[in-house]
Amino acid sequence: MKYLAFIYGAPDAGPQMDTPEMGVLMEAYRAVEKTFTESGAKLAGEALMPVETATSIRIRDGKTELMDGPFTETKEQLGGFYMFECETLDEAIALAKQIPTVEYGTIEVRPVMVFE
Amino acid sequence: MARRRAIDCLRRGQTFARKATQIAVLEQAEASAPKDIHNIPDERLRLIFACCHPALEQKSRVALTLRTLGGLSTAKIARAFLDNTSTMAQRLSRARAKITKAGIPFVIPQGADLAPRLGSVLTVIYLIYNEGYGATAGKYQVRLDLCAEALFLARLMVRLAPHAAEAKGVLALILFSMARRPARASQQGDYVSLDAQDRGLWDQSLIDEAREILDQALSLARRGPFQIQAAISALHCDARRADETDWAQISDLYLGLYAIEKTPVVRLNHLVALSNVLGAEFALDKLLEMRGQNEDMQDYQPFHAALADLYRRAGQFDQAISAYERAIEITKIDNERAFLYARLRFAERQQRQKKGRD
Repeated sequence: MKYLAFIYGAPDAGPQMDTPEMGVLMEAYRAVEKTFTESGAKLAGEALMPVETATSIRIRDGKTELMDGPFTETKEQLGGFYMFECETLDEAIALAKQIPTVEYGTIEVRPVMVFE
Repeated sequence: MARRRAIDCLRRGQTFARKATQIAVLEQAEASAPKDIHNIPDERLRLIFACCHPALEQKSRVALTLRTLGGLSTAKIARAFLDNTSTMAQRLSRARAKITKAGIPFVIPQGADLAPRLGSVLTVIYLIYNEGYGATAGKYQVRLDLCAEALFLARLMVRLAPHAAEAKGVLALILFSMARRPARASQQGDYVSLDAQDRGLWDQSLIDEAREILDQALSLARRGPFQIQAAISALHCDARRADETDWAQISDLYLGLYAIEKTPVVRLNHLVALSNVLGAEFALDKLLEMRGQNEDMQDYQPFHAALADLYRRAGQFDQAISAYERAIEITKIDNERAFLYARLRFAERQQRQKKGRD
């Protein structure tokens, strides 16, 4: 099964830009990237630009509406994701637990829908 | 590219086949609930771990375990939770859907994974027992089928994981509790508190079995919350009379438990035990301190009942009476209300006697 791991974190939680702690975090991400790639479970994984860069789009009555910002304004923001190929939820959780942001944010794991 | 697509197709086929099997397994299990503990197929053990998976909401774990492994009807489970049957049926089908759709595996966790997953199963077993033993709402009645189911599952876990001290801990705890059950209600069906129970009614053979299992657990030298609670039960069972209870040791054990489980109910029990060692006034101060730190206490019945009792023992009857009244106001269990009323009357009598003396 494919699982998507959403990485959520509040911008003021955890290491901030240009601090030694951020260096440690980036190092942790590099290490986990290596683990994920070597295990063969990682199908994709990206970090996202901050929510200030987000544009939300919808079409209502044929009219395109653009909104500045994320779809929902919450304290914790989607900061990135991984897509894994795993046999079970337990395997996906075992991988998600290794994503460094898990220490101060939340990782949501969801199976990718399969259209049979 | 074509090969990739073919593999994808194949994989989808496998996934589909596996899901179909899982649903069949869940349904078959409900139809037959074997009770021979020596002859449990691995399949049923795998089912327990799936039903008690931490990715499910705790209430759903309990309900699904009762439905799938206990073979209890949805209506019966709904009654235990005071839900209506359709709400419970929805909860059960959501849980089953999550197991199949999210890929919760039907496996007995191995190695380092076993301990935390076993912990989740043991918690479910103890919740089932509690649900059967003391109703959380409505008319008090000991629901023997839930208790028996919990006992069965606890024995099963001890067989599965003979080196897991906490599995033995939960089994001992359940046995100690069941042993005292005959004394817990009067002939009229009223609730009888531990200190007022006729200890001659306690089932000595269950106590002996509980003690033996607890000893085995403690010899594994891996302390845990269920073993500590079982050890507290053992100390209560050691006392031939209520006033022979070793409260100092019980108080220490609650303190040890609080180090692991920082919950208000553990803190409360610790202070009640401590009041029997250092006096009601001392414990009263600590209890009031606890209220200051924890707003939830305002709606927590056991807190007000304990507070009332300490006030009464400290001779502060006005405060005792208003604390009993608050406890009565928030309790949802008929028998508990009757018990609290009796305590309230007792406090009022003591107050009149005191005034008579003054």
